[in-house]
Amino acid sequence: MRKIIRDRAVVEDTWLHLDDEQPVPERGDVTVSWQRWQKEAELLRNRDGGRIGVRINGDVPVDHLSDELCRLPLLVLEFPAFKDGRCYSHARLLRCRHRYSGELRATGDVLRDQIGYMERVGINAFEVRQDRDVDDAMRAFDEFSVDYQGMGPGAFPLAARRAAAQG
Amino acid sequence: MYQYDSHDQTLIEERVAQFRDQTRRYLAGELSEDEFRPLRLQNGLYIQRFAPMLRVSIPYGMLSSDQLRMLGHIARKYDRDYGHFSTRQNIQYNWPALESVPDILADLAKVQMHAIQTSGNCIRNVTSDHLAGINPDEVADPRPYCEMIRQWATLHPEFAYLPRKFKIAVSGGPRDRAATQVHDIGLQLVRDDTGEIGFRVLVGGGLGRTPIIGEVIREFIPERDLLSYLEAILRVYNLLGRRDNIYKARIKILVRSMGAEKFREAVDREWSEIRDDPRLVRKPADFERLRTFFAPPNYAEGTDSGVSERAQAENPAFARWFRHNTVAHKHPGYRAVHISLKSLHRAPGDMTSSQMQAVADLADRYSYGEIRVSHKQNLLLADVPMDALPELWTRLSELDLATPNIGTLNDMICCPGLDFCSLANAGSIDVAADITARFQDLDYLYDLGDIRLNLSGCMNGCGHHSVGHIGVLGVDKKGQEFYQITLGGSSAEDASLGDRVGPAVSKDQVADTIEAIIHTYTETREGDEGFLDTYRRVGMEPFKERVYA
Repeated sequence: MRKIIRDRAVVEDTWLHLDDEQPVPERGDVTVSWQRWQKEAELLRNRDGGRIGVRINGDVPVDHLSDELCRLPLLVLEFPAFKDGRCYSHARLLRCRHRYSGELRATGDVLRDQIGYMERVGINAFEVRQDRDVDDAMRAFDEFSVDYQGMGPGAFPLAARRAAAQG
Repeated sequence: MYQYDSHDQTLIEERVAQFRDQTRRYLAGELSEDEFRPLRLQNGLYIQRFAPMLRVSIPYGMLSSDQLRMLGHIARKYDRDYGHFSTRQNIQYNWPALESVPDILADLAKVQMHAIQTSGNCIRNVTSDHLAGINPDEVADPRPYCEMIRQWATLHPEFAYLPRKFKIAVSGGPRDRAATQVHDIGLQLVRDDTGEIGFRVLVGGGLGRTPIIGEVIREFIPERDLLSYLEAILRVYNLLGRRDNIYKARIKILVRSMGAEKFREAVDREWSEIRDDPRLVRKPADFERLRTFFAPPNYAEGTDSGVSERAQAENPAFARWFRHNTVAHKHPGYRAVHISLKSLHRAPGDMTSSQMQAVADLADRYSYGEIRVSHKQNLLLADVPMDALPELWTRLSELDLATPNIGTLNDMICCPGLDFCSLANAGSIDVAADITARFQDLDYLYDLGDIRLNLSGCMNGCGHHSVGHIGVLGVDKKGQEFYQITLGGSSAEDASLGDRVGPAVSKDQVADTIEAIIHTYTETREGDEGFLDTYRRVGMEPFKERVYA
């Protein structure tokens, strides 16, 4: 089974990622593309052999996703190339606008040097590109202890400064 | 000026460590060329014709004397003893070794400097008016807002991989010395009817191969909401900007294809959702805190005992310099002093390490230890007592930094061109030198008045040729360097794009062509009418006839 990072730990990926022609197995957790979800949502939501996740790319109008989709346990954001930054905005819209609280996972051209940014927009799981070392990618989380936007786990300078100014 | 606290300092030190490791992994073959490129670009590092080029950020052009000393130290230790100040108020080093860049960044961090986001498809250095805080015509000092934007944009996780680079400029009022109309976002400080401070917001301006004047999409955004509004614009651009064609990826193309009105609606929809996000809302106390960093120095009284006036009467050279290279100041008894980086002996915008050291000392002595960089590639000492001017002039003259040519034809904006840049089609530095040599008679130059001549070595337009009163653009014609001349551009509040005079001319004809244009101007102007006004009145025809006669 493939190793991925979830919540800053290396774990095995137990999900099966189906392409659009692949039959849905009776048992097990599966992800499907957003296009397939559009067509087969009825069928998929009535399946009781496992959980469903949906894969979203930069073209998907995330602003208009259904409430049902935003309650799924896994949404996967596809980065066809690490330079395609659209899914950073998707991640923020999902977390902030749709209040999505399930697993938000990056797949595709996912590399150590972008993981820090990805985590700060709300992505919490990473399928590191397969020719790269997952353990090496874990070091991305130690690089910064502060940020200016208040989106990281570190201290939020503005709040800290306001507090300091008041104290 | 702004002083880092422990958060700011920690961030840039962690950034240096991160880049040191990235460079190590690249040199060890663990990162491919393609993977390393955006990482090094977002730390200011280009690979150029002969060597890497490192662009160091000078936020909105403000430097302390210690910072300028460090820039000189870096030029001497890691480069060939000089640096080049750019139109975006930054400094570029043309010869650093890739392996030494992490050490350079570590040295910069010691004086609260960095090269973060000076290149790459991200939000770049915020630029502003070099006369901020000291000129009488501004609505408010733009620098506290620039610093707020700098912090918001620095390592913003959502906007590190935009479709293309993104530049923001802020002007303190209606007089525009920051070229806000030709930036991706231009912000102009304004007051509404109730006296509240806010911003007029322009989007979609830019130079390069498709020069466009930005469009106003908001007449007034309160200061409280500035960051949420910027974030809304950036999000719309990040999601909708083209990524399939590098030449159509700037926000100006998106705004043009959607239309400004549709674009504004999309931004407003987004903005209505995030407007009250506590991470983006700024309170009066936040501005108060930022403003304290830019408070005026403790100006002295009795700084104008007539020394400077007497020196002007006695010494015509000093009088020339005073008239052309110094600027009126809000506070009586003080002037702002331009340090001309347009000498016959160096490329426009270049400065040697010993000049940097010396100017740092002069700033400590005469101008409260601060130096500014203007987008016209000169430096400025903002707060000089009148009585100190003759002495300062003598010092600057010894350093070859007092050429009395600010605002004249010889005060050219000029990119590094074919001599350094891998994008360039033609040389620009040697053409600038030809033109400078041609117009050496100072009285003649002064008689011509303010003329903005801008020169770029290729259509990417780093030398702002499209907004020069006279623009010179280098093009390649079958392996030969040719130059297209344009007239009538401006990046000020009356912004306009230049019109092409006609077919491009060869390199050895550029100075002749400029001379022909200047003669046409002096013969057609009415009274003391400026070049731009004359051109706008009479149009292209008389110029064209003369040039191609």
